[in-house]
Amino acid sequence: MLFQPINRNYHDFSIVRDKDLCINCKVCIRQCSYEAHFWDESRQKVMHDNAKCVGCHRCEAFCPTSALLIQKKRSDFRDNALWRPEFIKYIYKQADSGGVLLTGMGSPVNIPVYWDKLLLDASQVTNPSIDPLREPMELKTFLGAKPVKLEFSKTKDGSPKLKTRLTPNIELNYPLMFSAMSFGSINFNLHIAMARAATELGICYNTGEGGLHKTLYQYGKNTIVQVASGRFGVHRDYLNAGAGIEIKVGQGAKPGIGGHLPGEKINAMVSETRMVPLGSDAISPAPHHDIYSIEDLHQLIFALKEASEYRVPVSVKIAAVHNVAAIASGIVRAGADIVAIDGMRGGTGAAPGMIRDNVGIPIELALAQVDQRLRDEGIRNRASIVAAGGIRCSADVVKAIALGADACYFATAALLAVGCTLCAKCYTGKCPWGIATNDAKLAKRQNPDVAAKKLVNLVHAWGHEIEEMLGGMGLNSIESLRGNRDKLRAVGLSDTEMDILGVKHAGR
Amino acid sequence: MKAPDRYYDFQKDISGCGVFGVIHKNRGLIPGDIPIRAMTCMHDRGNGLGGGFAAYGIYPDLADKYAFHLMCDTQAALESAEHVLKHYFTVHESHPIPTRKVLAIKNPPLVWRYFLSIKKDRPQEGRELGEQDYVVSAVMHINHKIPGAFVFSSGKNMGAFKGVGFPEDIADFFRLEEYSAYIWTGHNRFPTNTPGWWGGAHPFTLLDWSIVHNGEISSYGINRRYLCEHDYLCTLMTDTEVVAYELDLLIRKHGLSKEMACKVFAPPFWDEIARMPKQEKEAYTALRMVYGSAMLNGPFAILVADSTGLFGLNDRIKLRPLIVAEKDDMVFMSSEESSIREVQPELDRVWMPKAGEPVIVHLEA
Repeated sequence: MLFQPINRNYHDFSIVRDKDLCINCKVCIRQCSYEAHFWDESRQKVMHDNAKCVGCHRCEAFCPTSALLIQKKRSDFRDNALWRPEFIKYIYKQADSGGVLLTGMGSPVNIPVYWDKLLLDASQVTNPSIDPLREPMELKTFLGAKPVKLEFSKTKDGSPKLKTRLTPNIELNYPLMFSAMSFGSINFNLHIAMARAATELGICYNTGEGGLHKTLYQYGKNTIVQVASGRFGVHRDYLNAGAGIEIKVGQGAKPGIGGHLPGEKINAMVSETRMVPLGSDAISPAPHHDIYSIEDLHQLIFALKEASEYRVPVSVKIAAVHNVAAIASGIVRAGADIVAIDGMRGGTGAAPGMIRDNVGIPIELALAQVDQRLRDEGIRNRASIVAAGGIRCSADVVKAIALGADACYFATAALLAVGCTLCAKCYTGKCPWGIATNDAKLAKRQNPDVAAKKLVNLVHAWGHEIEEMLGGMGLNSIESLRGNRDKLRAVGLSDTEMDILGVKHAGR
Repeated sequence: MKAPDRYYDFQKDISGCGVFGVIHKNRGLIPGDIPIRAMTCMHDRGNGLGGGFAAYGIYPDLADKYAFHLMCDTQAALESAEHVLKHYFTVHESHPIPTRKVLAIKNPPLVWRYFLSIKKDRPQEGRELGEQDYVVSAVMHINHKIPGAFVFSSGKNMGAFKGVGFPEDIADFFRLEEYSAYIWTGHNRFPTNTPGWWGGAHPFTLLDWSIVHNGEISSYGINRRYLCEHDYLCTLMTDTEVVAYELDLLIRKHGLSKEMACKVFAPPFWDEIARMPKQEKEAYTALRMVYGSAMLNGPFAILVADSTGLFGLNDRIKLRPLIVAEKDDMVFMSSEESSIREVQPELDRVWMPKAGEPVIVHLEA
């Protein structure tokens, strides 16, 4: 019999405490929700248990004397190209638990990040670059179906009068939206922060599948309400509260499976909003049990349009999977006004690691194929495309739009903006940064005013950068970038990859 | 249509240019000497790799016939093209376009013109088409399928004359001083990456439309994909092709006015739209939402002529020059005022049109 279980040895992080700097103030003890730091009565000093550390860096950030350093544990397994350390640890854990390995946030595995293999163009000599500080630069974006053509009549004074009736669209000041994160998976402080930030920015945030708290209805013009397989918090007022409705079919981090919000995260407010009993698990089934085929989706889309009296566009969100282009085409033909595609690097509050790291395809390839397919079929105008899943920076947004996206959803970046360190333990409900937790003591670590400000700052910053890149390419409006793959060149990609992306190699 | 394989793999035309246009509103005839001298004045705006002219009202005796101008690399290509023409049309007259030998013009193609009307018993594949689509399909057939043959003009009572060379040399070659027209446009080209090809020179034409263009359309990548969705294949590697097809789509097929088509090319800024009265706000918001992919972004000054008039348009921040002048019933549009003064020193009015604001001149009916 081992002295202690294997897992206690092969943890991920080590806490390094500088004895000279530590003043035993116990801040680390109070900050760590995983109880990695503790007061040792016998020694009369602060001690720690490395095995409990999740690498969130909260203690390090709050230590008043900078006495703490969180490091990857330096003990290495013998090099083995096949049995890499993560696989060894998975087996130790599963041998202990017999369960599915849960994880949070987007996949860290080393699949190609095509954003990094795509480079943007800039103007030199033959056309002038445009300086966004001196010239207008337009990012305004409309999401929803558009007719193929317009008809105008002329009034007496010669001004045009629109005769064609448009279907509803969502107007965005930036081609960006906060992606779906349910109330419950993250707490109310962040929901109100997203709602306020979206309102200030003139963009939208997505409620996720957890309903909309009644105090947030006032931000409806900047809200997309989501309808997922669990139908949590879905009722007539909810469907009519937002600027758009989204049917969530799939999520990039866990295509093909449902969701599970543990009962520990269901407090009174979450329970009321989700319309589920206090403390009970909220389980979203893998499929919608009223969608077993595309014609069923067609019915649900129109049921929601009826319920909202055709005042808002309906989006359908799917995970990027192998036949994503054909599926997206079917979704558009079924009446969706927006298709949101979530790539395999998209985040999650909780997903089985095996699914997250092995199912789905990267957003870049999916997006390129969906955009081309809809154009080939002559139905690109009938729906907007929103790309999601691993958008890290403004250049990723620019590249996504050049590949064909109308706008991008981002969520992980929004959480990073309010302090997340990607420790990937969202499913524990103990988020030390006060994000993925409904524990009142932890949740109050997020001040909605501060969080809203951070989110606004991030989008402003990205907006400035997008304008600079657009201007550099000699464009002054985002619609001239949309689907303009001539602005992209690939580096180090195969002919097949370039053909899928529809871009030429750099130098050509 | 479905995009052809490797449609993304194209070489884009990059060029600077000089443009000139003149119209007589009452169809008074303007001698060829005028546009030739104006273009000669702007010699330095080109590099000898492309020059050309379009003229309206030059075939009054055959005004109801489609005037096809063909350029062919070989006699065999010309014969193949003629075979196609006879398949689609009744040929009323055909002869070589009069030219003279010019020292500066090396290896010109065979240039030939045909006056055509649509066959009474059309071939099977064209029976369902409207008249103009029928003509366009015949043009596309020759341009895409007959190697070495190219239709560079296909309107009625108008014609394009173009090739590799400075515009004054091209004019000399085609003996343009012998023609008179009520609309003339001229073009001097400064390409930086396309080989000299006679068909690639401006004006670019489709039916009665002719376009001369100074600019680089930075939105080309999306414009050509948008056109492909609407069954136009851009194959000539020139921005101007995009302008021509978009005009055809917007005006002929979608029924937009010239004014609204110009607003698609160079739409008002969102902050201008925000200040408009409600009805206009609604119209322009919809225009930008629906036709965003057709917007021409990047520096341009274009002159577009058809059988009803001439218009000039700049991009919406005026990154290329365009000046307009009036003298009696004539309106001049040019890259440089000097070229207008060269042919008409006394002018009633001279002005710089604002960015994105079209100047549209209609011929009297």
